[in-house]
Amino acid sequence: MNLAWILLFLPLVVAAVNQLVLRKNPLVPWVSTGSALATLVISFLLLGKEGTTGFNWATIGDFSLQIGITLDSLSTGMMIVVTGIGTLVHVFSLGYMADDEAKSRYFTGLSLFMFSMTGIVLSSNFAMTFIFWELVGVSSYLLIGHWYQKDSAADAAKKAFITNRIGDFGFMVGILLVWSITGTLAFGEMAIPETVSQGMITAAILCIFCGAVGKSAQVPLHVWLPDAMEGPTPVSALIHAATMVAAGVYMLFRVQVSLGADVFDGTAGNVIAWIGGITSLMAALMATQQDDIKRVLAYSTLSQLGYMVMAVGLGGGEAGMFHLFTHAWFKALLFLGSGAVIHACHHEQDIWKMGGLLRKMPITGFTFLIGTAALIAVPFVTSGFYSKEEILAAAFGKNKFLFGIAVFVAFLTTFYMTRAFVVAFLGKPRDHGSEHAHEVGPLMFVPLVILAAMAIGSAWLTGPLSAMRPVHEHGHAEGHAIILGASIASLVLGLLAGFALYKGKDKNPVSIPLFRNRFYIDAIYDNYLVRYFQNVLAAIVHFFDELFINGLMVGGLSRAAATTGNLFRRVQSGSLQGYAFAFGLGVVLVIYFTVFH
Amino acid sequence: MLAILVLLPILAFVAILLGAPARLAALGASVANLALGLAAAFSWKQSCWSLSLPVLEKPALHLAFGFFSDGMNVIMVLLTVIVTVAAVLTGKAPEGREKLWYSSSLLISAGALGAFAATDLFFFYAFHELALIPTFLMIGILGRGERRVIAWKITIYLGLGSIVLLAGLVWLANLAGTFDIPTMVAAAKDGSLTIDAGTQKSIAALLIVGFGTLVSLFPFHSWAAPAYASAPAPVAMLHAGVLKKFGLYGLLRLAMPLVPAGMQAWLTPLLVLLLGNILWVGYVTVSQKRLDGMLGNSSVMHMGYIFLAIAALAAFPENDLAKPAAILLIFAHGVSIALLFGLSDRIERATGTLDLDELGGLAKSAPKLAFLFGIAAMASIGLPGLANFAGEVLVFLSAFRGFDGMSSLGPVQIACILSIWGVVISAVYMLRAYRNVFQGPAVKSTESAADIPFADRIPAALLTIALFAVGLYPNLLLQFLK
Repeated sequence: MNLAWILLFLPLVVAAVNQLVLRKNPLVPWVSTGSALATLVISFLLLGKEGTTGFNWATIGDFSLQIGITLDSLSTGMMIVVTGIGTLVHVFSLGYMADDEAKSRYFTGLSLFMFSMTGIVLSSNFAMTFIFWELVGVSSYLLIGHWYQKDSAADAAKKAFITNRIGDFGFMVGILLVWSITGTLAFGEMAIPETVSQGMITAAILCIFCGAVGKSAQVPLHVWLPDAMEGPTPVSALIHAATMVAAGVYMLFRVQVSLGADVFDGTAGNVIAWIGGITSLMAALMATQQDDIKRVLAYSTLSQLGYMVMAVGLGGGEAGMFHLFTHAWFKALLFLGSGAVIHACHHEQDIWKMGGLLRKMPITGFTFLIGTAALIAVPFVTSGFYSKEEILAAAFGKNKFLFGIAVFVAFLTTFYMTRAFVVAFLGKPRDHGSEHAHEVGPLMFVPLVILAAMAIGSAWLTGPLSAMRPVHEHGHAEGHAIILGASIASLVLGLLAGFALYKGKDKNPVSIPLFRNRFYIDAIYDNYLVRYFQNVLAAIVHFFDELFINGLMVGGLSRAAATTGNLFRRVQSGSLQGYAFAFGLGVVLVIYFTVFH
Repeated sequence: MLAILVLLPILAFVAILLGAPARLAALGASVANLALGLAAAFSWKQSCWSLSLPVLEKPALHLAFGFFSDGMNVIMVLLTVIVTVAAVLTGKAPEGREKLWYSSSLLISAGALGAFAATDLFFFYAFHELALIPTFLMIGILGRGERRVIAWKITIYLGLGSIVLLAGLVWLANLAGTFDIPTMVAAAKDGSLTIDAGTQKSIAALLIVGFGTLVSLFPFHSWAAPAYASAPAPVAMLHAGVLKKFGLYGLLRLAMPLVPAGMQAWLTPLLVLLLGNILWVGYVTVSQKRLDGMLGNSSVMHMGYIFLAIAALAAFPENDLAKPAAILLIFAHGVSIALLFGLSDRIERATGTLDLDELGGLAKSAPKLAFLFGIAAMASIGLPGLANFAGEVLVFLSAFRGFDGMSSLGPVQIACILSIWGVVISAVYMLRAYRNVFQGPAVKSTESAADIPFADRIPAALLTIALFAVGLYPNLLLQFLK
């Protein structure tokens, strides 16, 4: 258990030492990277351990909020993802951010993030989850806004934070409701009394779910994630693909484990599943029309998160967690790969200005191909295939309509990834950036190779980590053949469509403004919700505040007094004591006479 | 010992009048007070920190200071001594005005300490009044903008509020037949002092309006933002951070134990008004165009959360979470708003403006200032690890204390849910301000702005450490509350 505390607090100590002691010392990146590696080692040592411990953080009489650690197969498995990908991203960043003048701030931010994320994973209770939930939010804010002098980065950071806050509004209410209903915040002690109405339970679960909608960027709060790509690319890989955005799914699964899967029966589960399904579909459609390589991946992440959320809503939290596990590796691989490409092409992110990169950057290109294969779920050889099968099976058993959506999304996924790969990596270079691209150095390609191995192999891990994979006691789930067939068909069709449309093209042959412009959702939010609703509301409130409460009631009175009285012109500092004395004496006399005479 | 705390600033004030160097005297007294305050707080149980001097024989009026057994005023005293040191170290007195500048801070501090430490109703009230005078004067003489109008506005507002409050307090003292607050509270507890429901309701109304005006309870709030925008930085820090909290402290100290039925009777109006603070003033804050106006309004808004804890206590008297939550948030807000006002003064001196449209990219030329302001802003919007979060979360929990999920939501729970929307509003205005001031490309006013100098980092660091200490481990303060 002591090890677990070190696992939690080491990155915080490192962040503090970096910020306060080392400052701009060139050691900072290495200290942060070393601590990430140390946490990975500790995570391996903790595999298979179980137990709960904690201390009182805020105590009032019998009541206390706790900082506590729960070790079980879920948390220790998830820690491997966080620290494993965390370490690789740190190493990759050593190369990627080598020339950044603020790399100390960057690595300090990464360490802060590692601390925050570890807190969510190890948390033994809802209060602590919420604490670290907010902390990952601020780490994400800092890292998205790393290049804060760019307006777009500063705006994206702000948007991410505020959008998450909207989700957290519901999350907080949900935590309060769950606390009221179960009388505890500890995950291990929760039970729903039978006398509580179904409506109250549904409300509580849906409010909790709001937190996941924000953090895991589900519709309608998905808008922050694509913008978050303004941050450095390794951050996108770690935070906005593999770990933090998956925290919503992880948290929902914790709730499922604590309260039982039956809380997702009925309305609450249906709403969750549908939100997930709709997110996966809309995001996949948007991904088909993006030209920025990072945005393609960002929408793809949204779409895959939608899959996971859908699985949780359908009561298949295990399938969701399994997909979270495999997705973390191959999506981190894809993001870091795109980072290597962007780095090599002198910060060019438009796929239509790339091309032929497989030949120029064979290691990056080939690992990217493996990541793509895992994402589009090439049967039997990639980890993504197995986890996607679990999700499709969860949907098939519960809701055929969502199953249909999921299969269609699988087709779209293959299609947009084929498009991105064909355009960026095959054909001829279209721009001098891609013309002169070189393979990246070992600090960057070694993490890619390791991640590629995990993209293939993470489904076969044995030992304690196999707990991340659902077990089916009765062999294959029902409808296995249909699921497999649908999956393979969507893959083949997607590949064909992608190649047919984009092979050898130098310009975008299809333009679908609706998808390209993200269903106009961002524009609607910016123009109507923010500009017209919020700002106009604020202005109106301000106006009435000035007019009635300030202007008419007391403003006029004080204005009159100020113009006629001229008291302050005469009150100089010299007569201050006299004035004070007179005032004090007056008060004494007033009280004395009113009370006693 | 507590008497020394109150007396030291007054002695320093006298010394300044007699010609002692103003800054040195103020600094000496406030630093000594910080040390004494910390020593007193962390050893208050070992000894009886009280003193009582008879002032009048009949009726018995004692100049009495002491820590109450519930520990509430230990925290108020701590808040005062911490913010005082920071205020004395912040800002720059105009040439030739050092006497006025520093003696005002000293008197506000002495008044606040006296009010929080007094166990006698008369001095509780009188010390607060004492502290208001230098506040008015500083705004009227050294304020910015329409300082005279604003000084009159705050004088009229707070004067009227004080008179309403006075009526309530006098009524209470008459019924209780004593000025001694512990005696009054004990009498109410053991039943020897019973106030009928109708009278309770009237007194509670006077106290809510009276204390409420002093804490800028909606709709008596419109003095606050202009006053803080106009006031010199130390005064804004001391008033918004410390003195204003007198009203909240008074409600918890007097209204809750003495007229609980009266407070309960006004529950619904109180909930509506505090939502006015959080939602109405919250949106007023969003529409602010200047940093000082935004900070002033944000401080009004955040009072709503503390009123929420008070309402939770009024609705459910056995609520064990409400009072500690309120006090913790009072402390946290006091420190964070003082830090924000202190830093915004620094921003203005570095760039010459607080207009949000004229600022931008300041983090490049002033990274340390940006870092400190970022912490203060994050504290203010309730980031865990900083004190305000612990206070806010406990307030929300206290509003759900006693609710078991079997019935439908009560008025306090509904108000709490609506209040939580405030955390979104706070993020909107605070991050927007941070974005406009510190991020984006540098503009004319910020290109060559100087970073915060070492001398100004000391008070900021003091307040920042306080925010982190309590935020990382709230039990540090909660241990005093029993």
